[in-house]
Amino acid sequence: MAKVAAELKYSAEHEWIAADGSGPSVVGVSAVAAEALGDIVYVDLPEVGSTVTAGETCGEIEATKSVSDLYAPVTGEVIEINDGVVSDPAVINNDPYGAGWLFKVTVTEEGPLLSAEEYAEANGGEL
Amino acid sequence: MTENYTALYEEHKKLGASFTDFGGWQMPLKYSSELAEHHAVRKAAGLFDLSHMGEVWVTGPEAGAFLDYALVGNLSAIADGKAKYSLICNEDGGIIDDLITYRFGDEKYLVVPNAGNAPTVAAALAERAANFDVTVEDASAATSLVAVQGPKAEAILLKLTDESQHALVTDLKYYAFNELTVAGQGVILARTGYTGEDGFELFLPNEGAASLWESVAQAGEEFGIIPCGLASRDSLRLEAGMPLYGNELSLERSPFDAGLGPVVALKSKEGDFVGRAALEAAKESGSKRKLVGLKGLGRRAGRSGYPVLKDGNMVGEVTSGQPSPTLGYPVALAYVDVEHAELGTALDVDLRGKAEPFEVVALPFYKRQK
Repeated sequence: MAKVAAELKYSAEHEWIAADGSGPSVVGVSAVAAEALGDIVYVDLPEVGSTVTAGETCGEIEATKSVSDLYAPVTGEVIEINDGVVSDPAVINNDPYGAGWLFKVTVTEEGPLLSAEEYAEANGGEL
Repeated sequence: MTENYTALYEEHKKLGASFTDFGGWQMPLKYSSELAEHHAVRKAAGLFDLSHMGEVWVTGPEAGAFLDYALVGNLSAIADGKAKYSLICNEDGGIIDDLITYRFGDEKYLVVPNAGNAPTVAAALAERAANFDVTVEDASAATSLVAVQGPKAEAILLKLTDESQHALVTDLKYYAFNELTVAGQGVILARTGYTGEDGFELFLPNEGAASLWESVAQAGEEFGIIPCGLASRDSLRLEAGMPLYGNELSLERSPFDAGLGPVVALKSKEGDFVGRAALEAAKESGSKRKLVGLKGLGRRAGRSGYPVLKDGNMVGEVTSGQPSPTLGYPVALAYVDVEHAELGTALDVDLRGKAEPFEVVALPFYKRQK
């Protein structure tokens, strides 16, 4: 069963966000989503400097067999994207909560977020 | 939808497969990574459960004449021990299914349709048999089908057969079959496949399927065999330019549009067959759209149902597409207006509102080195 990292918060659309309140937040996709998508071969991330809006699409993730939208879990300005996953998207499958992070954002407003327990229960992940 | 399970379902569960519904069957989509499974078949070997496919026996004095009437090909002309790809069409020339027919003798043939179509095909054959001295028996539920595909497939099968039967494996030509014993099980061993690689398909009664599956997995370990699901089966057949019923083939498509004109025996068969008049008319009037291969010039893939554009106007539709794991660029099969179907034509695929450049290329996308 796919792992759900206990220290993160999650959107219903399977993005995770790491916020310790001290600076920009890191956004990625959950292992549950990465596993369901299959082998990821392409990611389209929001541009640095652009503003993303909680609950709205801000990019795309393309796997061998499917494409899905990437939703922003929060509203805010994108200040950095992970070039590593753009050049090697398989990193998202291999390490979704670590090296497979997608972008960093200065949060102005949070969307509705789930705790790791809530997300795991709703999506069949393993804490 | 009816849920059917193959005799190997428990094996797949043990291996941690993720499942998908395909033609009413719970089938493994993948076991680990569909890319790893794809590459294993190209470089070593893959083990597939294809027991969802149908098996329909046609026996009796008029078996050959009956198949010539029921299918579009010249099946009575197959040699014993050989197989042939064919289609079953309706009176309008629409494709009910594509299938492979194996000839055991004058009076004995095996017809293998696709999973989701097997009941329809079996029913159509039974209906068309009314005026022939033949028996049509649908053995799908009792028969398993396991495929061993990839450059190491032959070496793996040799490990599992008695030395006295090795020649039956090594001398087997593409689209030919033998009956022999593999890992203690009596099987029909055919050198056929849907991957673009060398490989075999093994038919046997359900009772022996799990034992055969485990024997092949074990014997193939040193060669790098891994179990493969439907995701890699689809990407492998797409690279090999092979059509999939439901994507490239349907009741609404004529065999000529699909590039399968040579499969329709309008000339080599004298008698009437189901769909003949409509197919003759379709050939005469020519195709408006035809099936082509598209190569993506960017990194993003066209998917089934995406529009194909020329100068912003819709001129076709993608039927299958994804990034090609072997070639490293997106590939797609698409029906395109004949005036834009020439090799080298620059076209766009509408990727969710964004036009991405593609080019018409020759099929297959991938051809193995022999």
